[in-house]
Amino acid sequence: MNQAVTRKDGLPDPLSTPLDQLDIADPRRFEFDTWQPLFERLRSEAPVHYQAQGPAGPAPHGDFWSVTRFEDIVEVEKNWEAFSSEPSIAILDPEPDMSVQMFIATDPPLHDDQRRAVQGAVAPKNLQEFEALIRQRTQETLDGLPLGETFNWVDRVSIDLTTKMLATLFDFPQEQRQLLTHWSDAATSDARITAGRGLSIDERRTIMGEMLQSFTQLWHDHKANDRESFDLIRMLQRDPKTQNMVDEPFSYLGNLMLLIVGGNDTTRNSMTGGVLHLHQNPSEMAKLKANHGLIPSMVSEIIRYQTPLPHMRRTATRDVELNGTVIPKGGRVVLWYVSGNRDSNAIPEADKFIIDRPNVRNHLSFGMGIHRCMGNRLAEMQLRIVWEEILERFERIEVVGPAVRTCNSFVRGYHELPVRLHPKV
Amino acid sequence: MPVITFIEFDGTQHQVDSESGLSVMEMAMKHDIPGIDADCGGSAVCGTCHCFVESSSELPAVEPQEESMLGLRPDRESNSRLSCQLQVSDQGGDMTIRLPEYQM
Repeated sequence: MNQAVTRKDGLPDPLSTPLDQLDIADPRRFEFDTWQPLFERLRSEAPVHYQAQGPAGPAPHGDFWSVTRFEDIVEVEKNWEAFSSEPSIAILDPEPDMSVQMFIATDPPLHDDQRRAVQGAVAPKNLQEFEALIRQRTQETLDGLPLGETFNWVDRVSIDLTTKMLATLFDFPQEQRQLLTHWSDAATSDARITAGRGLSIDERRTIMGEMLQSFTQLWHDHKANDRESFDLIRMLQRDPKTQNMVDEPFSYLGNLMLLIVGGNDTTRNSMTGGVLHLHQNPSEMAKLKANHGLIPSMVSEIIRYQTPLPHMRRTATRDVELNGTVIPKGGRVVLWYVSGNRDSNAIPEADKFIIDRPNVRNHLSFGMGIHRCMGNRLAEMQLRIVWEEILERFERIEVVGPAVRTCNSFVRGYHELPVRLHPKV
Repeated sequence: MPVITFIEFDGTQHQVDSESGLSVMEMAMKHDIPGIDADCGGSAVCGTCHCFVESSSELPAVEPQEESMLGLRPDRESNSRLSCQLQVSDQGGDMTIRLPEYQM
């Protein structure tokens, strides 16, 4: 078919192809940034849509329901009894022999106990302690960037800063911090959600085993070196409900994966996304330069517009009606945050990047309800500081080549963003 | 018209005349009282309008959705509420609302 050949993502036309012949979760739509028309169609034509299989038979991620409107997503998030977060919060079911347990993929009361144990580490009170450190690192990183030559913003800034922060949160050795990036990337690169380009189950199992080994050692080191510290490991050790988590390797590993991915991919890709969105919207950049007070609002808008995690998944615990459609018990329900964030019925001019829009904080990128992102204030603070320091130094950040995006239906992000810096005169 | 007194974490007080039909959260937003974020706009799904009710006339019971969000607050107290769930009415009495150190 001509159409399929001329489309850059190599996929059937999202508007003229019957819906039952489209795989809604094909990650290539995110790789080539062609996802918008399909989700717009779903929001209007089939807001609660069942997909039995992909165009060529069973899809690697199985059958699932897509929820694409803002209001419907909030409805599902509220009803955690009918829409459980077990056994998985991604479209994929857990792999056999590797059913790690993470609190984001549990329901109350276990969820609440484990979350409460660690959320103090990223509570704003604790963040005040971190702010000066984050600013100093941000300054060092930005001051070390080359002027007038092309470099990859993803490696030099986004990965560098988020990984340093993550190492701090775990009190993990800074000199080994690249391992955290390595593990985080491995945790989300399942071949079944990356159009076959990720890692096999065996490869992931090996890498996750290394991670568990390293963090088990870290647990014992921290235990031997107990001190007043608000790192995530010591907080787990201090709380009676999680103090022996190291003895339950699948629970320990699962929660580590959650905290590492949660604190890494998300902020990293929003740091890159912001540079791209401002480059593509020069009038917004002009607004920002005229009024640095817009930074906090812009940070929220960047997080909405990027939506670094395009979906989360729930599982129906009973037959349950959603917006007129009955989802049967056991149904896998994918909440497309990336679509709800572009729903013009909830967010006026949702397709536009507007740094001073009203109600800018009311977006779905952090999720809603009891699983709402625990690190949201830390993420916002990191991004705020990056932009405060960027505006101190640079006239603008010019994007000089195409962004290379991740091919992944769970992480919407970037491998490369070639940029050139224009210093302030 | 009943009066709502907001007390920020640092002790700063703000007194506003209540407006029937608005929630305590909406009153705070309307008068730019610092300390309430209200990310979700009033659906009890973000928990960022948390407050402590120091005094008031009788309040509506805590619904399950509000309870599940309050349950995640590290700084929850017995008088914790989500201010978006507290409607102001002409018949109600004055209220004193203490604001937490942070929202998350």
